[in-house]
Amino acid sequence: MTLQQLAQYLLSGITQGSIYALIALGFVTIYNVTGIINFSQGEFAVIGAFVAITLAQETSLFNGQAVVTLTWPLPLAALAGVVAAVLVGVLLYRLGIQPARHASPLSQIVVTIGASIALRGMVLLAWGTDPYRFPAFTQGKPLKLLGAVVTRQGVWVIGLTVVTVVGLFLFFQYTLIGKALRASSANPGAARLMGINTRRMGLVAFALSAGLSALGGIVITPLTFMTYDRGLMLALKGFVAMIMGGLTNPFGAVIGGLLLGVVESLAAGLISSGYKDAFTFAVLFVVLLVRLGGLLRRGRGEALERAGL
Amino acid sequence: MKAKFSVGQLAVVGLVAVIALVPPLVRNNYQVFILTLIGLYTMLTVGLSLVMGYAGQVSLGHATFYGIGAYATALLSARAGLPSWAALIVAVVITASLGYLLGVPMFRLRGHYLAMGTLGLNIIFSLILKNEAEITGGPSGFTHIPPLSVGPFVFDNDVKMYYLVWVAALAVLALSLNVVHSRVGRALRAIHSSEVAAETLGVDSKAFKLRVFALAAGYAGLAGGLYAQAIHFISPSSFDMLFSIELVTMAAVGGLASVWGSIFGAATVVLLAQFIRDRLGALMEGASGEGEIIVFGLLLVVIMVFLPEGLTAGGLKAIRNWQANRKAESG
Amino acid sequence: MKRQLNILLAGLGVLALILSACGPAATTAAPTTAPTPPPPTARPTEPPKPEAAPTAAAPEPPKEGDPYVVGAFFSTTGPTSSLGKPEWGTVAMLTEHLNGDGGILGPDGLMHKLDVRKYDDQSDATKAVEIAKKLIEEDQAVVIIGGSGSPASIAVIETVTNAQVPFISVASSSAIVTAQDGTQNFWVFKTPQQNYPVAQVQADWMKAHSVTKVASLGVNNAFGQDSMVALQTVAKENGFEIVWEGTFEPRDTDFSAQLTDIQGTDAQALIVHATPGEGAPLTVQFRDMGFEIPIVHNHGIGNQAFIDTAKDAAEGVLFPIGKLLVAAQLPDSDPQKATLQQYQSDYIAAFGSKPSTFGGHAWDAFMMVKQALETVGPDSAQIRDYLEANIANWVGISGVFNITAQDHTGIGKESLVLVEIKGGTWVFVDPQDYANVP
Repeated sequence: MTLQQLAQYLLSGITQGSIYALIALGFVTIYNVTGIINFSQGEFAVIGAFVAITLAQETSLFNGQAVVTLTWPLPLAALAGVVAAVLVGVLLYRLGIQPARHASPLSQIVVTIGASIALRGMVLLAWGTDPYRFPAFTQGKPLKLLGAVVTRQGVWVIGLTVVTVVGLFLFFQYTLIGKALRASSANPGAARLMGINTRRMGLVAFALSAGLSALGGIVITPLTFMTYDRGLMLALKGFVAMIMGGLTNPFGAVIGGLLLGVVESLAAGLISSGYKDAFTFAVLFVVLLVRLGGLLRRGRGEALERAGL
Repeated sequence: MKAKFSVGQLAVVGLVAVIALVPPLVRNNYQVFILTLIGLYTMLTVGLSLVMGYAGQVSLGHATFYGIGAYATALLSARAGLPSWAALIVAVVITASLGYLLGVPMFRLRGHYLAMGTLGLNIIFSLILKNEAEITGGPSGFTHIPPLSVGPFVFDNDVKMYYLVWVAALAVLALSLNVVHSRVGRALRAIHSSEVAAETLGVDSKAFKLRVFALAAGYAGLAGGLYAQAIHFISPSSFDMLFSIELVTMAAVGGLASVWGSIFGAATVVLLAQFIRDRLGALMEGASGEGEIIVFGLLLVVIMVFLPEGLTAGGLKAIRNWQANRKAESG
Repeated sequence: MKRQLNILLAGLGVLALILSACGPAATTAAPTTAPTPPPPTARPTEPPKPEAAPTAAAPEPPKEGDPYVVGAFFSTTGPTSSLGKPEWGTVAMLTEHLNGDGGILGPDGLMHKLDVRKYDDQSDATKAVEIAKKLIEEDQAVVIIGGSGSPASIAVIETVTNAQVPFISVASSSAIVTAQDGTQNFWVFKTPQQNYPVAQVQADWMKAHSVTKVASLGVNNAFGQDSMVALQTVAKENGFEIVWEGTFEPRDTDFSAQLTDIQGTDAQALIVHATPGEGAPLTVQFRDMGFEIPIVHNHGIGNQAFIDTAKDAAEGVLFPIGKLLVAAQLPDSDPQKATLQQYQSDYIAAFGSKPSTFGGHAWDAFMMVKQALETVGPDSAQIRDYLEANIANWVGISGVFNITAQDHTGIGKESLVLVEIKGGTWVFVDPQDYANVP
């Protein structure tokens, strides 16, 4: 393996990993506030991207039965995409999560799975199975770093991830809503006593995470196209990234995502390309093993809590 | 108590009679085939219901064991030359054992991690099936799987497989009822409602969960082997994560903690899918697949939110509540 | 206890529902063809003509007989849908045309509309088997076409064989028609070329271009697998080396790991086995990463979507394909030219986009069935015999077919041409120019 190849694996891995990091940030936001893992996290990315695509260029919907010929400037279309995803997130929370808040965790998981399936079906109905993309945010030839290639859009992806995680950190630390969100997750009872509407906080968390994922989906579309079924894999990999990063820490989620992307890239290139997706879960199992102090040791469930999971 | 019992027994006898009488009355290989599929999916769903409803563990990878049973049966009978009945039995044993072995690390996980873990298992399994083409035939599938033959009986047509599958399904249901009403079942319910309390009372929850998981895996292995011997061709796409989720839908519709509900759940999902394909397919040219996906997703959400005990039990309860409310208001 | 009883009763109720729904072959499916024009109004009965010499007046239009039921299933959803959708559309279009003209003229002298029952198998082999059984038992189809993906086609072989209903597949794997002992499956035919002749055309180009080492990257599904195996076979026969071989998942859109690995090899060309969904993003990434070696696809990218998606990256892509894409560039003497151009204009008129070779496979299957029905009528065994014996020098979209008892596919390398994508469109490459492209 040459230095150029190594650099390429790393660079490609970081780019892909940034995508996972963005999704993971959405997971972290929701989990921090509501304790729910939202399996439809990836669908927000897909929906946001597709709405932006439809508004930015001529698109035919519903198998050709409707043609949208709007050509909004990209930033506006992107904003609309984010808004659309936020709306879907709010709807999901109101119709699916809130009514089920007293149900068992199992039921809640299954609700989000059902939601992800339904959303995927709707996207499929509207946009079909073809891959879509819009032009990169900035045009130009790919850049070279140590002989490795990164496209300009790839730089945008990495950049957006950095900006997002910093923004989230500042949001949670220094803004009133951010602090209210953290309070709701740390101690809902006390938060309510302080006048914080914890139910509304759940809504805010869902809306925020939907927006984050949508942003992620939009920024990766010029790079790796968008298809109706990317949501599930994005969600799975984002989830693994979140676990790697420690579940509650946005910076950890980003590190986790980047690490995951790099490991995947190296393993797929050096070991076996056919098993690329399997490496994600291999990493997951390894991380959990380390966290639990061994997957095979007989231990009590509390070990998980103590390990900060 | 005695009166209820005999009605229950009557109902079972009635069910068996209905099942037995379908092929001669219906005389339609397609319907017989659909009912055979329902029988197979019942076996899968019952195991999943036990795992999810009684043991309270999320399993999003149940199709893995379905696939292990199918491929093991295929390899043993078509490649290793075992007689088909032996291949089936060995495949079930292998699947149950793998269920146990995989359950050991899996059950150290909880909630979402377990869900992810089981999903990961399914994804890895699908990739193995696709990549190890020398053994499994790869994405093109594995063909020429011999039908089940026991002595002079060869199960080589739709009707014979129908009876075979339903005998197996009823046996699986009977066994599961036994488990549920036994010490193991009570222990499981205790674990489900409060694991800590159960453990303080001396219940080794880990061991029980593992046993149920292995049992469910065994059921799935049996269903997989029979599937392979019914269609004589298997391919990785039949055992993927999407099918696992379909199984969860069946379990949810039937009621997560209901043994008999599994027939209902399996039947509803299969028939609903058909209905969508036929009706919606006419409305939107070729869009029945999308329609199916949307409907099932929404179904899952609705059931989990409003009827977590499944369509029948939940529905009946809702009706009874409504009747009781009406009485309270007027009384 | 009571809850279990209730559930049991509900289960019985379901079974009862099933039974009540199983009438004798009730057609539960609404026909999915375009609404057929209203039957001609009854002609006023004429008094019986005296036995005179037959007049040279305009003949009466033939009366109408019962519709012929044809079964079809394609993958319009799922991973194989990029193949299934154009196939479905083509069949729908042809059905509408034929029925708009009153149907086809059967051997009994009556006009018969075509009742084509189409279903979506969702790229799933089990559903394909379900559909095949439904078509046979309930819809009473006399012949079946379809099976966009090879697993779906292979899965139904047993069902159609047991029911003795002929099946024309639109998938490419040789295992569909060839049994384990090398003979052809009696009731099964197929219209796409095998993957082997496609690899042969690629090998011809390699020889002309002095390429001896290639990297082989394919989609991890039945189509990709079969294509990669074909390349391996052709490699051995022609003495070139596959220095790197790998796969990617269907619908994956990031290939950087595989491409990076290929960069470390001394491959002189990249051979890709993919369908447009992955083929286009792959080609884009290939160009972005700065590769300078040629990229050669197989016949999985034979549609406009590839060019639309890959845009500039598609320039210089080579691939063997049926003649449909370069119909206008063929010499007028080519027997296929007129048929190809007719299909093109019909498809554009119906759908507003250019047809793909996948739709072409469905066209071939449908028209073969039409011809068989016109000659022998709705008899499954006779249709099968007709297909085996009478499809000779038969001009279709995928090629000129010669089906025999030993070859249920009927077309080979001669039906393929090498095409280069230049200026955003397909350009025919003469074999003498192989050395000069891309």
